[in-house]
Amino acid sequence: MDILRFITAGNVDDGKSTLIGRLLYDSKSILIDQIEAIEKASKFKDNGVLDLALITDGLRAEREQGITIDVAYKYFSTPKRKFIIADAPGHIQYTRNMITGASNSQLIILLVDARTGITEQTKRHTFIASLLKIPQIVVAINKLDLVNFDESIYKSIEKEFNELGKKLNLNEVTFIPISALNGDNIVDFSTNMPWYKGPTLLDFLETVNIQENENLETSRFPIQYIIRPQTTELHDYRGYAGKITSGIFKKGDKIKIYPSEIEATISTIEVNLKEVDEAFAPQSAVIQLDKDIDISRGDLIVNLNRQPQFSNELEVQVCWMHQKALQVGSKYLIQNQTNRVKAIVKSIEYLVDINTFEKEIESTEVQLNQIAKIKIKTATPIAYDSYSNLQAQGGIIFIDETSNVTVGAGILE
Amino acid sequence: MNTKYKLDYLDQLESESIHIFREVAGQFERPALLFSGGKDSITLVHLALKAFKPGKFPFPLIHIDTGHNFPEVIAFRDALAKQIGEKLIVRKVEDTIKRQGLKESNGKFASRNALQTYTLLETIEEFELDCCIGGARRDEEKARSKERIFSVRDDFGQWDPKLQRPELWNLYNGKINKGENVRAFPISNWTELDIWNYIKRENIELPSIYFTHNREVIHVQNQILATNEFVKIEADDKITFENVRYRTVGDMTCTAAVASEAHSIDDIINEISASKTSERGETRIDDRISEAAMEDRKKLGYF
Repeated sequence: MDILRFITAGNVDDGKSTLIGRLLYDSKSILIDQIEAIEKASKFKDNGVLDLALITDGLRAEREQGITIDVAYKYFSTPKRKFIIADAPGHIQYTRNMITGASNSQLIILLVDARTGITEQTKRHTFIASLLKIPQIVVAINKLDLVNFDESIYKSIEKEFNELGKKLNLNEVTFIPISALNGDNIVDFSTNMPWYKGPTLLDFLETVNIQENENLETSRFPIQYIIRPQTTELHDYRGYAGKITSGIFKKGDKIKIYPSEIEATISTIEVNLKEVDEAFAPQSAVIQLDKDIDISRGDLIVNLNRQPQFSNELEVQVCWMHQKALQVGSKYLIQNQTNRVKAIVKSIEYLVDINTFEKEIESTEVQLNQIAKIKIKTATPIAYDSYSNLQAQGGIIFIDETSNVTVGAGILE
Repeated sequence: MNTKYKLDYLDQLESESIHIFREVAGQFERPALLFSGGKDSITLVHLALKAFKPGKFPFPLIHIDTGHNFPEVIAFRDALAKQIGEKLIVRKVEDTIKRQGLKESNGKFASRNALQTYTLLETIEEFELDCCIGGARRDEEKARSKERIFSVRDDFGQWDPKLQRPELWNLYNGKINKGENVRAFPISNWTELDIWNYIKRENIELPSIYFTHNREVIHVQNQILATNEFVKIEADDKITFENVRYRTVGDMTCTAAVASEAHSIDDIINEISASKTSERGETRIDDRISEAAMEDRKKLGYF
């Protein structure tokens, strides 16, 4: 069995939490005590209808305001697949939390309210989905019950979104007309929309192809921790522990270590305390080499046939996540896998207008929730891959040196 | 697609957890693993063995002992620590109560669950811990479902759910200022059933109370509670002997048993798969105090 990790996104009140509630409720994944708890809470609402959004809005402040502030992770499974849902906030103020949920997702469900159509927030979330290269996009056109299940409304939103998609070179997009509140086309087929012939949302989630390990040729192993027992019998044991982010490593492979650029040969590979001939992404492993080299956390082991880029001047697409704006000349720590280095912002190339996806040139700062392309210079060169080639090696975070807060997400080009 | 290079879901979860353990070891000076002797923290220990062997754990095991534990669990806790040869530190809530003059709750369930937070925060200060690894799972409870893998707590141990750090890809930011600490949760993405399937696959030993046994119990608020020295037995309590087991292991004062005939892990997996009630809903009396009981405890520093 495999796991599909997906995120729901969209505007506030487009019905994300209700959709997840419905998905869990109709697939019989909510347990009696949890239903009892939301029944009890629903009674205090005006209409007395079971408020499925209460399943995911887990914080006091969220229930008070009826909005989602931070990502909630929900788990369910069917006989075909296991699912991890990131229920993300739609509110612009909490875009950073939406990006948090999106960064680990293999699929995004973009909710669109059939009455309002595509909004600025839909565009923002679509742009983030394209930036993060989420492999699968589902546009769930919701609240069709409120527009008399009118096919022409569905079709016009589909058309508008496809035009948007062309500008962003989106991967595959699937459209599904739904009513999350009533459960149309979520788990069960809707009799209200005979014009729709596609799968229900759950059918689609259960059968969609998940691409994993597509890059078996480019092998990358960032060092997390050095295992040195220093006991009499294991006096010389020095194992490099980490998680293979892509590709395969085999015993006897010739490898290169960055940043030292020293070459060596793999003498042993261990996975789960057992010696193996080869290990592959996303396995956590311990590698030993044929010679003693100075290697520490933050170093990167790669195979010889595909080398990473190695530079101290980087071009980054950045999503800014903090009130304190990024400015030319600002210094941050950046973290790329296990490697942390100091960096300075050299220039802001352009900001992206979230409505038109056009580039705005002239700007000296990047504010909260803005997306921009910038150039940075790092204190020492780092080994990396472009995000479009190798996602795991091309994502970085910006850390503010005084507050230690994660202030930005970056995608290396 | 080459299926040779595809991982089963348990392998995926295991690899992710080992990665988180090693991030803790790589990023912190003085971490500790919170170990209660329950199935989740036993799974944590098992994963830590895989993450750091043949080396020693780069942290001690710490148990915040409320004094209201099941004796079988305490015996198991000590035996496991001894067997793996790692250091176990025990700090007692009882001592904190005396030292800080704390008031214990009264009533039928004189639970020390909330008081545990004081001892945890004291222990963090005593050992200057910068990270506590815990066995919390996001599927347990709605406030827990909001938790980051690396969750930053302020000088007072407090969690601010509105100010959580963004956590992107598998990049964890454990940078903190002195006095703050991080709670790290390697099994965040595991469900109760995942834990049991893993325990089965890895042949992990557990305290006996997870399996069915005959026990003296009373029924309180539709829940089955073992009689013990910490629960007040009142005149209208009917004492019976029943076949029960525990789905979670917490304090004897607030952890309910479930009626069960499950002798083996397979039996337990079948039982949970068919269950219509959640783990916490079925067994944790302390979560029923209010709708936000867990959130409120977490804000104060509970793990």
